[in-house]
Amino acid sequence: MGLLSDPNRRRALISLLTRLNTPICGMPVEWLMKTMQAKGLEVFTQRFSRTLPFPDENKERYMVRGTNVYGILRAPRAPRTEALVLSAPCSPGDNNNQAVGLLLGLAEYFRNQIYWAKDIIFLVNEHDLIGMQAWLEGYHHTNTTGMDWSPLQGRGGSIQAALSLELSSDIITSLDLVLEGLNGQLPNLDLANLFYAFCQKIGVLCTIQGKLQRNDWDSVSGYSHAVQTMMLMVMKQASGRPWGDHGLFLRYHIEAATIKGVNSFRQYKTDATTIGRLLEGMYRKLNNLLERLHQSYFFYLMPSLSHFVSIGYYMPAFGLLAVILLLRALDLWVQLSTPPQRTEDGVTDIEPVRGTHFKTVADLLSLLTPLVISHLTGVALYMLPIRFQEMAVEHFPVSETEAVVLTAIAVYTAGLALPHNTHRLLSGEGTEQGWRVLKLVAVLYLAVLLGCTALINFSLGFILALTLVPVAAFVTPHVPKVLSAFILVILSPACTLLFSVFFFQELQEMPISFQDGWLLFLSVISQGILDHSLYGSLVYPLITLLVYPCWLLFWNILFWN
Amino acid sequence: YVRGIFKNLHGWFINCLRYLFCCFQDRAGQFFSSGHTNNWAVLVCTSRFWFNYRHVANTLSVYRSVKRLGIPDSHIVLMLADDMACNHRNPKPATVFSHKNMELNVYGDDVEVDYRGYEVTVENFLRILTGRLPPSTPRSKRLLSDDRSNILIYLTGHGGNGFLKFQDSEEISNVELADAFEQMWQKRRYNELLFIIDTCQGASMYERFYSPNLMALASSQVGEDSLSHQPDLAIGVHLMDRYTFYLLEFLEDIHPASKTNMNDLFKVCPKSQCVSTPGHRTDLFLRDPGSVLITDFFGSVRKVELTMETINLTDPIEQLESAESGELQKEMHTYADQLPVSEIIHQKPKQKDWHPPDGFILGLWTLILLVFFQTYGVKHLKHIF
Repeated sequence: MGLLSDPNRRRALISLLTRLNTPICGMPVEWLMKTMQAKGLEVFTQRFSRTLPFPDENKERYMVRGTNVYGILRAPRAPRTEALVLSAPCSPGDNNNQAVGLLLGLAEYFRNQIYWAKDIIFLVNEHDLIGMQAWLEGYHHTNTTGMDWSPLQGRGGSIQAALSLELSSDIITSLDLVLEGLNGQLPNLDLANLFYAFCQKIGVLCTIQGKLQRNDWDSVSGYSHAVQTMMLMVMKQASGRPWGDHGLFLRYHIEAATIKGVNSFRQYKTDATTIGRLLEGMYRKLNNLLERLHQSYFFYLMPSLSHFVSIGYYMPAFGLLAVILLLRALDLWVQLSTPPQRTEDGVTDIEPVRGTHFKTVADLLSLLTPLVISHLTGVALYMLPIRFQEMAVEHFPVSETEAVVLTAIAVYTAGLALPHNTHRLLSGEGTEQGWRVLKLVAVLYLAVLLGCTALINFSLGFILALTLVPVAAFVTPHVPKVLSAFILVILSPACTLLFSVFFFQELQEMPISFQDGWLLFLSVISQGILDHSLYGSLVYPLITLLVYPCWLLFWNILFWN
Repeated sequence: YVRGIFKNLHGWFINCLRYLFCCFQDRAGQFFSSGHTNNWAVLVCTSRFWFNYRHVANTLSVYRSVKRLGIPDSHIVLMLADDMACNHRNPKPATVFSHKNMELNVYGDDVEVDYRGYEVTVENFLRILTGRLPPSTPRSKRLLSDDRSNILIYLTGHGGNGFLKFQDSEEISNVELADAFEQMWQKRRYNELLFIIDTCQGASMYERFYSPNLMALASSQVGEDSLSHQPDLAIGVHLMDRYTFYLLEFLEDIHPASKTNMNDLFKVCPKSQCVSTPGHRTDLFLRDPGSVLITDFFGSVRKVELTMETINLTDPIEQLESAESGELQKEMHTYADQLPVSEIIHQKPKQKDWHPPDGFILGLWTLILLVFFQTYGVKHLKHIF
């Protein structure tokens, strides 16, 4: 009993796979519809179209138009209240041809079984993430990203779990499990454990972050291998982009993961039938579920597939960093509330900050102005690159993508120059109290910001905290200017991103030269902007509208005099 | 001389007959020692969801044995909290298997479930036991036992120390169960009761029993978990719990005429097979367990009472004195008087607490005021009077 023990079915699957080996231009919609209907599924399509804000150079697309094809296998005896999704992104060329063939073979096998208690939706989406976003928005009747799609004609119940397949060859040596989703959201740990346990049972090699698990935990090299794997996960989670098609499901509270087939040089190879058996077993397990997976952790970091670090372990580390900021705030508060000369009755002493500082409008302005200017700069950084790309292209010999990215960097650098001028314009020299109040506000602002970020996307919050908290705590107008300016720039969000790019490449054991690194950095910025407008990723607005202004406040404090 | 011999022979013959008759009567006495005339069974599975398939299979296998040994459906109350046979996930619909490789289908084709799905609740279970059901309840949902019924109660599901979980939402505690049995005893709803429970920490459920004529068996002690038997790879769940699996195998060897007694039942599933330690309790049981047959509870063996006396139905029935000077004095059974009305009506009134008379208090306060005003100044007194 099991998939494809029947040789006829095996032959049919292999013929499907070989046929799909030939390069296909676009997606064979008609052929897919006919095949799925022949297998007994209810087939529907969805058209979608989207114009990107600027051309995507990584995937070479600008005006995207596509069709998703999906077939629903209805559960023979169950009411249509729950569904499972098996998806394979279909891209032009032979990027993912095997996955579609396997999907169709599984569809045929599943159709003949009677133990399904949930509908199974076999989805082939075009233009990977964009198509998936269109399908999910259509399924759940939401429209968060302004995409244009046709409504779905057929629907299953509420989706309980989803798996996305990426197989590029029919001989697999190992399977890679990808968990990181949009905005650093992760599926329930139970899904990862389920997959790994089942892989071990069948005897298929399973990896995470592309790294194979080692057995020697006590040795230094084993430990550093685990740390590297975990740092890779931290980097991927901090980027806030979905690293597989599954990443978009997580927003709808659907536990999803992507399974990538890897064909590397190993002795033991598994073929498509074993992968099919694996997937059949996974779907049978998901079928037996009575409720959504929620018993295990949603926030974790995995140094390997059999170990995880839960939020209870890693959050205190971040908490200690945030405490630094709070202590500094407390220190400033105490400094501010013991003024040198004070009045007779104790009433004014009780609220000295307000009393001392906001006696004149100039003082108030001196606090508000940096705030407003920094945030306006942030808003400019958020909006200008996309708005003025046509103007930039007219005046400079660059492509649109380069225009956007370079405008962003230009606005960022220009922001460094602004604070010098503002408060000198207004009130001449800044007062001693002035910078203290500003720093108090800035430190608290940073603490709240980092706290909220860490709650949603721990890796991003932690990396920002690591780089921003030390400078935030120590910067005053009285520290040596050149050195601290240099350090402040090195630890600003943009440079952190640059170093992270190099670090990420190092961790993946593919170190790159500086020029390649710089180009990668530029493409990362453009991808971040695109992710925000296409899927609603929050990293780009967070950095430009909140973190960058906060950093500018500290820059302002440094140059207070 | 011949007459003497003949008289001896005659005497010897009479003695022989009397001996045989007594022997026969002893055996007859032994045969009728249980004292019950009908058998009932209440079989309860308390857990729902597909992965609790084994609890339904447990209950159905006991149902199967009990029916095979003679108890009819009208005397069985079967409560199943979920429908496994027609569950969407069952690859073999309309079957519930107890042995892997689908050897034995305990669902059969004549199963009668009396309480199904959400009707299996603690309240319904207790109402069945105590008989407090609304008049509209059909007969198939009632336990219509009397004081000569032997009842088998089998519970299975998920349990803990002192409780059994019903339907994933409520629990029955061992105290409640013991009180329910006491209610049954006081209302004379059973002659003897055998209680079998197959859950984790099952022995805690019979710790609190205090009514007579109860015998209890459990699959595990307090602090131990009852484990399941093998899974079936095609169906994908565990099919039975160990204790009930071996109990079923034991019961498959029992036929209506077998003489196996309770001591053999206590030996079912030792620790080597069950991993947990089954327990039993017989201190509340009046008879010796070695003399209790399995079929006294699991089967419905029709018993016939032979009586040599004529009963005069016109006279009021008087208390019978024991004809033979038996060792066992038959107890005089009377109903416990739960509301002694006569005592309430004729009792003396309760003594109230004594208070001093009211005038005395008034006078006391006046005295205090006078003393006060005298001490602190008579001038204030003028203002009052």
